[in-house]
Amino acid sequence: MSGILNSSIGRKFAMALSALFLMIFLVMHVSINFTSVFSEELFNEMSHFMGTNPLVQGLMQPILIIGVIFHFVMGIILEAKNKSSRSIKYASNTASDNSTWVSRNMLLTGVVVLAFLGLHMYDFWVHEMTVKYVEGDMSGLIDPNNAESGFRYYEELREKFVSPVRVGIYVVAFVLLALHLLHGFNSAFQSIGANNKYVRSLNGFSKVYSIGIPALFIFIAVYHHFTH
Amino acid sequence: MMNLTLKIWRQKDANDKGKIVDYPISNISPDMSFLEMLDVLNQELIEKGEQPVAFDHDCREGICGTCSLYINGRAHGPETKITACQLHMRSFKDGDTIYIEPWRAKAFPVIKDLIVDRTSFDRIQQAGGFISVNTSGNTQDANAIPIEKENADKAFDAATCIGCGACVASCKNSSAMLFVSAKVSQFALLPQGQVEATDRVLNMVKQMDDEGFGNCTNTGACEVECPKGISLENIARMNREYLVASFKG
Repeated sequence: MSGILNSSIGRKFAMALSALFLMIFLVMHVSINFTSVFSEELFNEMSHFMGTNPLVQGLMQPILIIGVIFHFVMGIILEAKNKSSRSIKYASNTASDNSTWVSRNMLLTGVVVLAFLGLHMYDFWVHEMTVKYVEGDMSGLIDPNNAESGFRYYEELREKFVSPVRVGIYVVAFVLLALHLLHGFNSAFQSIGANNKYVRSLNGFSKVYSIGIPALFIFIAVYHHFTH
Repeated sequence: MMNLTLKIWRQKDANDKGKIVDYPISNISPDMSFLEMLDVLNQELIEKGEQPVAFDHDCREGICGTCSLYINGRAHGPETKITACQLHMRSFKDGDTIYIEPWRAKAFPVIKDLIVDRTSFDRIQQAGGFISVNTSGNTQDANAIPIEKENADKAFDAATCIGCGACVASCKNSSAMLFVSAKVSQFALLPQGQVEATDRVLNMVKQMDDEGFGNCTNTGACEVECPKGISLENIARMNREYLVASFKG
């Protein structure tokens, strides 16, 4: 088993495991976000739970951050190796005849999603960390000295989606995420060695997932923009 | 009859920089094979006192895997499930410009013109693409070992790989996963292949990595361009075999 991460297949396996983990995370994330569309109270309570639960904050959050960084860094390592495997390009190459654009441009779509993550972290995560762990306010209240003021999460979410520029960036980023997932979902299963009639039956589901999850994120951003 | 413009990669030897050279060619019959068209060109070049274009070929019936031409941006040309030697000029139109290039991969260095060195495939095979048979006289008749029909068929399908390298040439990463997975699968699916299964997959993948082939990103280009239609299922099977072998140690 030693040195598995030094092999091409081992690296792809690790890449796929981190991808599957992140795909499960996306379902959880969009589920919580979607509650903001129909219940301010439920969204606030779930956000407060996720933001203050020691297991989520102390274990799940670091694992998630490591997962994202690992997925990105491994993607770059694999791409660098792939680029070096062909030093002279073809004068004529019609790759579109044998493969999809999304499958050939995972780095491009991935980098755009990563750039968006930077904005996303700045928007929400940095702010949350500052309030909770720098300022020491774990109350989650709009006014920490007034228990009647209510939780701040919903209002902060609404505030972020006032700007049409930010909503536009969200839409573009999630369209790119959908393209990334359209190849990544099936590719992850192939990389862990799962390509049989059962996995192939997931083909339809993979398209629903890959388009549906980003579409929900887009819907949430657009909904709050137009109902603010 | 067709008149064509050929844009062919010319490279004197492994150290030469190489370049695309234009060759107009006339009176090409649509019934000619692609390699016969190159034979005509070479005859003309020889008659003019020029160096003929070097290209690999042997059986000219799609079974040896020797011919290896990247034609108009695709391995073995515009048709599917055939080798370059099975391609005919009726696949082109009068007045066409045709690019003819060698396989491009760090692990397939150009020797001359359109001929590349594919001995990296040989070394991968030598690392484990075989079954060691004790020929002491006690060898069991292979036909006496029952094998499920489905496995026998899949093993046979994998064994039809002719090792031409179109998978590597087509892959944007120059990955050899389809070739290696076919060679692993043809044994992994049979009881005779089980004894050396762990060492086989570990050694062949290590050799593949050492040769400088890229990583598989599952674009599926290799499967589309493979003249024998080797399935991506083989890559998934090799991934399983490799992961299980790695955890076993």
